[in-house]
Amino acid sequence: MRPAGRAETDSLYFTYPHFDPPSERGNLSDRAPVAIVGAGPVGMTAALALAKEGVRSVLFDAKDTFNDGSRAICVARQSYHILDKLDAVAPFLEKSLGWTTGRSFYRGKQILEFEMPDSPREKFRPMYNIEQQYIEQYLWDAIIQEPLIETRWQSEIVGVADLADGVALTVRDPDGSYTMPADWVLASDGARSPIRTMRGLRLKGENFEGRYVIADVQMEHDYPTIRRALFDPDCLRGGTILVHKQPDNIWRIDYQLRDGEDEAAAIAEDNVRSSVAAVLEELGYTGDWELEWWSIYSANTLVLDDYRDGRIFYVGDSAHIVPIFGVRGLNNGLADAQNIAWKLARVMQGRSGEALLDSYSPERRGATLDVFANASKSARFMTPPTEGWQLMRDAALNLALSHPFAGELANPRQMTPYTYADSPIVCADDPAFERGAVPGAPLPDARVGDGFLSDCLGKGFTVLCFDADLSSDLSDLDAKIVLLQPGSEAAEVLAAGPQTAYLVRPDNHIAGRWHQATAATVRSALTLSTTGETA
Amino acid sequence: MTPREVETVYEALAIQIDAIGPEKREMFLAKLALLMAHEIGDAPRVCRMIEDAAKNIDV
Repeated sequence: MRPAGRAETDSLYFTYPHFDPPSERGNLSDRAPVAIVGAGPVGMTAALALAKEGVRSVLFDAKDTFNDGSRAICVARQSYHILDKLDAVAPFLEKSLGWTTGRSFYRGKQILEFEMPDSPREKFRPMYNIEQQYIEQYLWDAIIQEPLIETRWQSEIVGVADLADGVALTVRDPDGSYTMPADWVLASDGARSPIRTMRGLRLKGENFEGRYVIADVQMEHDYPTIRRALFDPDCLRGGTILVHKQPDNIWRIDYQLRDGEDEAAAIAEDNVRSSVAAVLEELGYTGDWELEWWSIYSANTLVLDDYRDGRIFYVGDSAHIVPIFGVRGLNNGLADAQNIAWKLARVMQGRSGEALLDSYSPERRGATLDVFANASKSARFMTPPTEGWQLMRDAALNLALSHPFAGELANPRQMTPYTYADSPIVCADDPAFERGAVPGAPLPDARVGDGFLSDCLGKGFTVLCFDADLSSDLSDLDAKIVLLQPGSEAAEVLAAGPQTAYLVRPDNHIAGRWHQATAATVRSALTLSTTGETA
Repeated sequence: MTPREVETVYEALAIQIDAIGPEKREMFLAKLALLMAHEIGDAPRVCRMIEDAAKNIDV
């Protein structure tokens, strides 16, 4: 929502584009290899990832512009690796505000300062703040350079029917209706997914009690890019406030609604203004500010039982709704998009069997369940659901004023990358390793030459090895072979000996590792990871 | 801890609970529990003590 007199996309800092429906009408019903429904950040990422693999797609969106409002503003390191792989990360790095530090306050006094894991070995910072419009704009800038993606705006999907070897979508735009068959469909059409509804599927899970108003203000506030959490502040006794800096002097203020507080009244402009003014006073800011945009949010943990439904795959919010405290809604959506894109491309190109697609749901649904476990902890601290949780939360905050150990309970632990431990296409770990990253985990980064280990990875699978003979024995493999130096920083990070090898997937997750690798073990692991079958 | 020392702690708790008053009593005891747990430094043992303290509470 925006202040009275301003349209939904009338922003103080961003010019929303306007997109027309398709003007060339002759080939609208031609069969598409992949139809992607929803051109938000997740759908656009899926389209770009498929295009990188050489797969053509048609991308639909019912709107005539980007999503309004800053929405998802915290983009995690792992997502920057995804954007990097799409050659799209440069404008994000230019615009966004990287951060590593968070501070928590209890009744105005600081009780915790936490640092997210970071080091010079990492190519990207743990977190970046950027408004979602820019995320969509920069992905769109990449899409219009990509001949394999055709985007149709103002095009709503109103029907979906199974075909013998595909899906027929009925599309309605201002100039008419038509049916388009597609071999595969990616439903990235958001939390209220019309595709999911038309297929009769429901998200399952629970709603937490906490409701928050999220409001953006523009102001010249002199404070670094540090996430602030205010527990039980003077301006909102019993409540919690989060404050984030965004580019363009935009500040995100999330404030909790009281139990029983009327939602409609809470989001009335006058009430938002007075609540924001009280928060700014609490922050010690006395200058001018302008209200930009606001919305309301409640903490839910909802997920689909299966992200695959025949030839339709659910990606992003259509498959899962997670509480904001974990900042995993958008980040997990981008990982979903990358995960399904490389698998689908391989199957469509006949390089892998269809069994590979069955690993998408367990891997990505597993990531969502992991977020639920972590975010539920955060949500219980931010918004205690019962008297017991409330008492212990308040006791911990109060104790933290004199004993810093108790303040650690306020650490949101937002940056725990997910490991595909139970995936059907990930090898069991080699017990000879005592440390390093396990199979299923994202590959840790390290400095290699003038760049990073992540820069050395191929578009498809990559074998990292430290022995020239092993490297030449694998030279015929459908994978990039990267020969690293024993004793290098990469070797140290990977706990590698001279005969060690790591097999890395197109999404930078580790498929397998062996302390004393042979060409045969690496070959059979690649077969498992690309077909879902053992050789 | 000798019976005499237990008595010292017992008295100090009673005096402090009275000094704090009914509104903040629960919070005080919860703070104390966290602080003592941290000093003990043995989470499984503390969890067993939480169960022990809950026994016979309705007698």
